[in-house]
Parts: sequence; structure tokens; C-alpha cells
Amino acid sequence: MDRLAIIARVLRKAVAMAGLAVMIAVALGGPAAHAVEPDEVLQDPALEARARAISANLRCLVCQNQSIDDSHAPLARDLRILVREELKQGKTDDEILDYVVARYGEFVLLKPRFVPHNYILWFATPILLALGIVLIVVSYRRSRAVAEPEAPLTAAEKRRLSRLLDQS
Amino acid sequence: MIAETGHFALILALAVAVLQTVVPIFGARRGDARLMGFAVPAAQAQFLLLALAFMALMTAYVTSDFSVQNVYQNSSVAKPLLYKISAVWGNHEGSMVLWVLILALFGAAVATYGRNLPPTLQANVLGVQGAIGVAFLLFIVTTSNPFLRIDPAPFEGLGFNPVLQDPALAFHPPFLYAGYVGFSMAFSFAIAALIDGKIDAAWARWVRPWTLAAWMCLTLGIAMGSWWAYYELGWGGFWFWDPVENASFMPWLSGTALLHSALVMEKRDALKVWTILLAIVTFSLSLVGTFLVRSGVLTSVHAFAVDPARGVFILGIMAVFIGGALALFAWRAPLLRQGGLFAPISREGALVFNNLILTTACAAVFVGTLYPLALQSLTPEKISVGPPFFNYTFVPLIVPLLVAVPFGPFLAWKRGDLAAASQRLFAAACVAVLAMIVVAALQQRGPWLAPIGIGIGIWLIGGALSEVAFRIKLFDAGRAEVIRRAVNLPRSAYGTMLAHAGLGLVVIGVVATTAWRVEDITALKPGESTEIAGYTLRFEGVRESEGANYAERVGFFDVSRGGEAITRLTPSKRHFNVEGSATTESAIHVSWRGDLYAVLGDPLEGGAYTVRVYFNPLVRLIWLGALVMFFGGGVSLFDRRLRVGAPVRAKAKVPPMRLADAK
Repeated sequence: MDRLAIIARVLRKAVAMAGLAVMIAVALGGPAAHAVEPDEVLQDPALEARARAISANLRCLVCQNQSIDDSHAPLARDLRILVREELKQGKTDDEILDYVVARYGEFVLLKPRFVPHNYILWFATPILLALGIVLIVVSYRRSRAVAEPEAPLTAAEKRRLSRLLDQS
Repeated sequence: MIAETGHFALILALAVAVLQTVVPIFGARRGDARLMGFAVPAAQAQFLLLALAFMALMTAYVTSDFSVQNVYQNSSVAKPLLYKISAVWGNHEGSMVLWVLILALFGAAVATYGRNLPPTLQANVLGVQGAIGVAFLLFIVTTSNPFLRIDPAPFEGLGFNPVLQDPALAFHPPFLYAGYVGFSMAFSFAIAALIDGKIDAAWARWVRPWTLAAWMCLTLGIAMGSWWAYYELGWGGFWFWDPVENASFMPWLSGTALLHSALVMEKRDALKVWTILLAIVTFSLSLVGTFLVRSGVLTSVHAFAVDPARGVFILGIMAVFIGGALALFAWRAPLLRQGGLFAPISREGALVFNNLILTTACAAVFVGTLYPLALQSLTPEKISVGPPFFNYTFVPLIVPLLVAVPFGPFLAWKRGDLAAASQRLFAAACVAVLAMIVVAALQQRGPWLAPIGIGIGIWLIGGALSEVAFRIKLFDAGRAEVIRRAVNLPRSAYGTMLAHAGLGLVVIGVVATTAWRVEDITALKPGESTEIAGYTLRFEGVRESEGANYAERVGFFDVSRGGEAITRLTPSKRHFNVEGSATTESAIHVSWRGDLYAVLGDPLEGGAYTVRVYFNPLVRLIWLGALVMFFGGGVSLFDRRLRVGAPVRAKAKVPPMRLADAK
């Protein structure tokens, strides 16, 4: 049963590490930004920060793979202003995203939603990682089994082992 | 006449490529040395013919021969010479000619310098190279002929996409292609090994330098593209997770994995099947990259071809080569004997971990890039996959690998000692933790995890330096002994150090600039100033001027710091007359702290202009790091062991597995 314990420990470590990594990702992937015009910036810094975070997740529909936060296109500007108008009315981030998606479709979101038709997208990486680990463990054990059949210790070896262990 | 010569050379090259495919492989099956030997002159002739075709196209561009349709569509008389030359590969047809030219160059190199290869291996490798050449030459000749004429010839061309008229971008495609196509060598060697049904350490020794050379070119090509995006697109981003960027990043990731697994195969005769598969996958991803970029599936500055016939053709090439290679793999790979046992904690184990993470990360990028295309063609749903997705999937995968990198070189082959490795890395760990604490203490704003990211970067650099310091006994031996060891240390050890330290520099640059960049967006009238990161920028006004093939509005900013004048920044907006479009030219002041980056926006009412100023701390480290990685690869490439053929390995008399325990 101690093998199970080891696996559990490794898994716990892996989960902890993944958690840490996700946090790093979130922290680093925060708003960093760009195209906003001086007259758009909101007076309230907290509200402006939320506006930037939302904008970074919205695609500029007339550009090549840019967020509206990065784009200088007039449409992006309109959308930035729209987001800020909604924020000033006291809407939550999710309400605003829902509103924009209702108007422009899911294509506008740079971070795909966690809905059934995106499950493959979101689960592919962890599943492949797990498969890779399983593959490595299986082929490792198989190569062990082929090359190094573990012969049980003979009675003489056992006696010698216990003698050595007693000494230390 | 010159264009027709080029066209003829192209068709002749196709004919030679067909012979180069059929004759040597047939000869290898029959064991006929004369037929196998045919591969060498064929590969050399193919290269010469394609060089001739390429020179013919370049001549047409340099002399602005607008009777050639390709030149008419992509050039103009007033364009500077450098961009007349780079326009040769700045369009679909010309870039495909460059693609096959580089392919033929690699083939000719194997033909010329591969005389110490086993004859059947060389014949099969050149045969497979020939087959790739046939496919792409057929593609060029039938769908993308660059030598078509128009009559009557126009007096002026349509011009060249202004954002591509840039020094870094002039050399970005050749390096990228050298990388993509360079992986065809690993592919051809893999297929040749599968055809032969045998593979040994000498094989890995032969594949590694080619893979390394391709990897170096790809590293530099990607870095150039990123650098260009940084200063040309006008807001100082360096990586966008754009599908075309991902198209080049996927082969880089799997190519990096291949470099490391080939190492295990060369040294320990293990991971054979896996290395073969990686070689196939890496070149397949290069083909996928070519397809994504060239087929018009993705819209971007790279997608010149929006002709569905071309997309279908490349898709066909992909299906044949990837499908064929994988089928051959499934059929023949079980014949390859596995060798080299190792414990989980060992150099091999570390490299397996490296491969696990790199291939999974590559898969994450692959899924993120292709899932929206698949979903759109199979369902009514249309989604975008942008940077947030990759931040959630790619980054958490890669961070544990970055932490593990310094341990790898310290672990012994077969069975390593993690405790001993940790002991030797103690100094590096201390420096990294110290750096984290200092950064955390000094940090006034920004995410609390930024210090950890900086610490990981320092850890990578410190770990890389510790390895060499340990191996030359820097702190344990006399000066003479240290120098003797430093001279005798294999170049590849220095290469590893540089590559891993370069990675550390990239990490620091990415973390610092993402976490601590500052921006200031404001409206300025002449005479007004703005402040950012301790700098004061005083706007002096704008001036209109004329460039070689564009009209320009230049803004002048006097930069000072603490009352002391530092420099004058001149960001501008260029309007290209022939092409009828504009580009933003940012102005950057570089210092050791980071880049002061200024962009001139549009005029506002009352004589003011929108001005965007950014301070990007340590951003240069990203490209400096890539350059260091490139040089690391170069140093490794000139290691004696890789240059001198493949010496025979002495057979170990004693079963080596107990040696480690005997100490």
C-alpha cells in the first residue's frame, strides 16, 4: 500500500505546483496595455483597472488577433467606450461580457468560455499530460520487467542483510 | 530571358528531384552502390539549379523588371535596394522558392559532407529529401509560378507591404525557413532509419548537428519576428500568441525536445522510438506551420496566398508526408530495439521530464491554434483563442520545467543523486532566493508573483554557471588546474550553459516587462511635457518630411532625467504613397534599466497630438537571451565530437549498472 501513498504524495505535489503555476500565470497575464486614448480613461482608477482587464479579453473584430485594449481601430475604441459606459452604470464584469457576447457573438472573447463545445479545448492539455505520464510509467515498468527480473534474496543474503542493518 | 532561364531551371530541378527520389532508394533496396551513389550528384545539381532560379528571380527584382507579374505585384522602382531583395521572399511564390532552395542546400550539404555516412543511410536520406523537394517543386510549378510574364509590361509596380519594409523583417523569413526546412534533415534521417529498420548511436550523432543548426536558425528567426513586432506594431508587446507566431513556436518546442531526446539516444542508446517519432512530429509541425501561414486559412500579414487551390495542394502534401511517415513508423518502429536502462532520477530521467513537458506544451499550443479552425468548420460555433488561454495552459506547464532545468546537467547518466545535485546547486539557489527577497522588498507595484518569476530566471542562470564552475573545479583547485579543465571541457558543456542561461535571461525579460511596464497616454501640445519612470519628455513639435518611398510626420521629444538632457526621440508616422497605407515608427531610448518607448499618435483639436509613452523594464533581455541561446547552439555545434564523424563506441566489458553503487 505504500506505493499508493507515494503516488498520492506525488499527485498532491503536482497539484500544488500546478496551482502555484496558475497563480503565476494569472498574475503575469494581468492587464498590460496600450491603445487607450487619453479622453477614454475613467477617473476612478479601480473602475479603469476593471475596464482594462475586460478590454484585454475582448477581440478587436476588424483587426488581426488584437484585443481592443491593443488596437487603434475605431471599432475597438467604440467598444472600449461601451465597456466603460457599462461599468459606470454599475454592471459587473460578467454582465458586461454577456452583453458584448450577445451583441457580437462568442468570437469576441479571447478567453473561450468553459462550455461543452469548448471542453476539448480546455481539457486537452491536462489529459495529454496525464497520458504522457501514464505512458512513461508503463514503458519504464515494462523495460524494468524485461531487463531486471528482481530475484528474491537467498537465505544467506537475508542473514547478511540483517547483520549489516543491525550494525548501523 | 533571365526569367525564362529561372523558370526552366525550376522545372529541371523538379525532374532532378524525381530522379533523386527514385534512383537512390531503389538502389538501396537492391544494394547497388552505383545507383545509391547517384544521390550525391543529383542533390548537388538540384541545389545549383534552384540557386540559379532564385538568382534569376532576384535579378528581376533588383532591376525592377515589371514584365514579371510577381515583381509587378510586390515591388516598385523607388523602393530601397534592401527591400527589393527582401521582397523576393516577401511574397507567396518567392518565399516558396526560398523554401525549396534551403531544402536543396541541406540536401547538397549531406551529399557533400556525408561521405562517412553508411551508403544505404545516405542514399535513403537523400531520397527522402528528394521526395520533399518533388512535392514542393510541383506545388510551385503548377500553382505558384513566380516567373509568369505580363504583356504589356507596366511602368511601375504595385509596391510592397510597408510594414514588411524593415531590416529585421528582411532577414526574419530566411532564418525561419532555415529552421523549418532544417528539421527536414531529422525527418529524412528518421524515415531512412525506418526504411532500413535499424538505428544506432551513430545515427543520433549525425542527426544532432542538423537539428541543432535548424533549432538555432528557428530561435533567431522567431526572436527577429518578435523584435519586429515590438517596435513596429506600436505598443511594445513582444509576443501575441497569434496563430502565425504559434505556427513557428510549435516546431521550436518539439525541436527543442528532439535535441534533448537525441542526446539520450546518442549517449545511452535509449529512447530510440521516441526520438524517431519526435523527428517526424517536428518536421510535420513545420509543414503544418507552412500550411497555416501559406494557405490563407489564417488572415495575417503572412498570408499572401488566399487561393484555395494552393491550400488544398499543401494540405495534400501534408497528408502524404505526415500520414505516410506515421504509417511507416507504426509499421517499422517495433523493429527498433530499445536499449539503455535508467533509474527515474538520472540524466535520462531529467531529459524524459523535459520531453514530457515540452511536447505537452507544444500540444497545448497546437490545440489552442487549431481548435477554433476545427470548431468553425464542424459546428456553427465561432470562437477566439487568445492570450488568456495560453496563460492558463502553457505557462503552468512550463514553470515546473524551468525550475527543473538546472538539475538536469548535474544528474549522472543511468542513476543520479538528487541530494548531491541539490548540494552543488545550493549557491545558485541562495542567489535566486536572495534575488526574490530583494525584488519583493523593492517592488512598489505589480503582482506579488513577479519576484518569484525573476527568481526562477536567476536560478536558471545561476544553475547554468554552477554546472561549468563545478566541472572545471573553479573553487576547489589551483589556477593551473582550473585553466586546464576549462580548456579541456567539451564545447557542448559551454553550449548547454549558454543555452540554459539564455533561457534565464528570456524569463527575466518576460517577467519584468510584463509585470512592471508603465504607460502614459496623453494629449500634448508643442512645449508641453509628460513624465514617466523618472524621465521627462518635452514635446517640441512635429515636422513633415519625405523619405525614399514615403511621406513622414516626425515628432520631436527632448528626454531628460533629473534635469539632465539625455536624448531626443523622434517617433513618426509614415505614409507610403505607392501602397497607400501607413506605418507607425516608434522611437526607443535604450538603457540598462529598460526601454523608453514613444509613439506619435494622430493630431487632436487645438494643435495637440496623442502621445503614447511606455517604459518597458529589462525588455531587451528577451532578445539578448534568444541571442545567447543561439550562440550556445553554435558553440555546441563546433564540439569536436559532432564534427568528427561517429567514432565507434568501446563496448563496456563490465555490466555497468553496479558501478555507481560500488563507490
